[in-house]
Amino acid sequence: MTTAISRDDVLHLAKLSQLQLEDNEVAPLQAELGSILEYVQLLSELDTSGVEPTYQVTDRENVSRDDIVVPHPVRRPELFARAPAHTQDQIKVPKVL
Amino acid sequence: MVKIADYTGKPAVDNVRTAIARAKEIDDYHALLSLTEARALERAEMVDNGELTGRLAGVPFVVKDNFLAYGAPTTAASVFLESFDAPLQATAVERLEAEGAICIGKANLDAFAHGGSTENSAFGPTKNAHDKERVAGGSSGGSAVVTALDVVPFALGTDTGGSIRQPASFNGVVGVKPTYGTVSRYGVVAMASSTDTIGCFASNAADAELVMDVMSGQDPNDMTTLPSFFAPTDVLKPQKIGVIKEFMTDDVDIDVKACVNDYLKRLKADGHMVEEVSLPILKYALAMYYIIVPAEISSNLARYDGIRYGRRAQAATLDEVYGKSRDEGFVQENKRRILIGSYVLSSGFFDAYYLQAQKARTLLVDAFDKLFAEYNALIGPVSPTPAFGLGENTADPVKMYLADTMTVPASLAGLPAISVPAGLTKTGMPVGVQLIGQRRQDAMLLALARSCEEESH
Repeated sequence: MTTAISRDDVLHLAKLSQLQLEDNEVAPLQAELGSILEYVQLLSELDTSGVEPTYQVTDRENVSRDDIVVPHPVRRPELFARAPAHTQDQIKVPKVL
Repeated sequence: MVKIADYTGKPAVDNVRTAIARAKEIDDYHALLSLTEARALERAEMVDNGELTGRLAGVPFVVKDNFLAYGAPTTAASVFLESFDAPLQATAVERLEAEGAICIGKANLDAFAHGGSTENSAFGPTKNAHDKERVAGGSSGGSAVVTALDVVPFALGTDTGGSIRQPASFNGVVGVKPTYGTVSRYGVVAMASSTDTIGCFASNAADAELVMDVMSGQDPNDMTTLPSFFAPTDVLKPQKIGVIKEFMTDDVDIDVKACVNDYLKRLKADGHMVEEVSLPILKYALAMYYIIVPAEISSNLARYDGIRYGRRAQAATLDEVYGKSRDEGFVQENKRRILIGSYVLSSGFFDAYYLQAQKARTLLVDAFDKLFAEYNALIGPVSPTPAFGLGENTADPVKMYLADTMTVPASLAGLPAISVPAGLTKTGMPVGVQLIGQRRQDAMLLALARSCEEESH
């Protein structure tokens, strides 16, 4: 593994992450991400052949509930009221097409 | 320090007024982001009228500002949610309120709980309760400081990799991070879903036990909660306790080690068996954590898009709404973690980083399980140092992360772990000792801590 991370890598990751970075943010992030990735590379020396991954630490799996409709205590108007721009029953966004 | 019993049976309105007055008195620590005074007084009157009763009737408390709660915005210490008005309350808050407790304010944190010093708050850092030149610890720094400075007898926090235990240690209070799945996370701002837990700060283990007893239990609104299991208990038999060798090396502050050793003496004096154990895999825990947690953060924080709630940046196109809202709404540490998460989850890097970390996590979980077959609890420091200076670690994210070395292992394995005050350094800074237990042994750890503090050693 190589951990050197380029300016273009940072911009690509920012695009994947929907972060529109200011120009002056890129260089510090490039250095910081580089040093973090260099640190976590420590794991590459660990032999994990034949080991199953652990994604969660409870013994619970596929917890389901009865399929009964329960009205949510928060109603639609209260949710629309929290949108930055909205009409009575729609959230407004800039033109998409 | 104040206790829950100092408030029960007293006029609730007086309790709330006292707490609010004390909160204003310590304003210069910047531990609180808001007070919920009007609502608190309303609820206090209900307690005093007999309309509201329970085990915590009239007892004031504070929540970390990533819990949805009424009476003030839920900001997560971020610009993004600066004026977000919660439409519902977290289950943990609801359960405390159902027992008559009264939330009086919301505590400062690292924005979105990303950090170990509360310096990543978009609204400025919290100062340490024992030295204003030092950090409060984090991310639940504000909650620890209001507990240490007697504003309230208990406060709520979240702990994903040490965010309750480390500030508890830095400020000299008890801090509880329960078994993963003990307390419902419904209505709490998500960070890393496989390690996020909810716990509390208190001045003593008995109060922490009571608060955990009220908050714990399965919740249909959080499918990751375990079937209810928390039940206060007593330690009647001598316990077998393992001291983690890797946490007591020469790299650890000498005063911190001295405090831990003092605590070990107390345990031995009580008849417990204390011996050294080794967990070589701990060397890799921090690297696992800073792969797995950013990966989960990058997914969880995708919801902050400036569309449905929170702050929307001025923008002409939809892409710009997303990109600029997120750039302006997140602090630097949020961005670092989101970007690292995107990196380790990208095709081409996934196997080498994310999958490798999750496999390593299996080795860590297995190593703990093996020790818990033989030991009732493990012990070590909470942090390799006492509280560090404000600004001391902010320039170097890796140095800041290294402060989490001793707290992340229990988080990755879903184990309960508590921070208990264990004395002071030569310069008077508090030091906490960490007790780690097997999953679902939360009550036993608290009973052990309680028995150790009750007696006059």
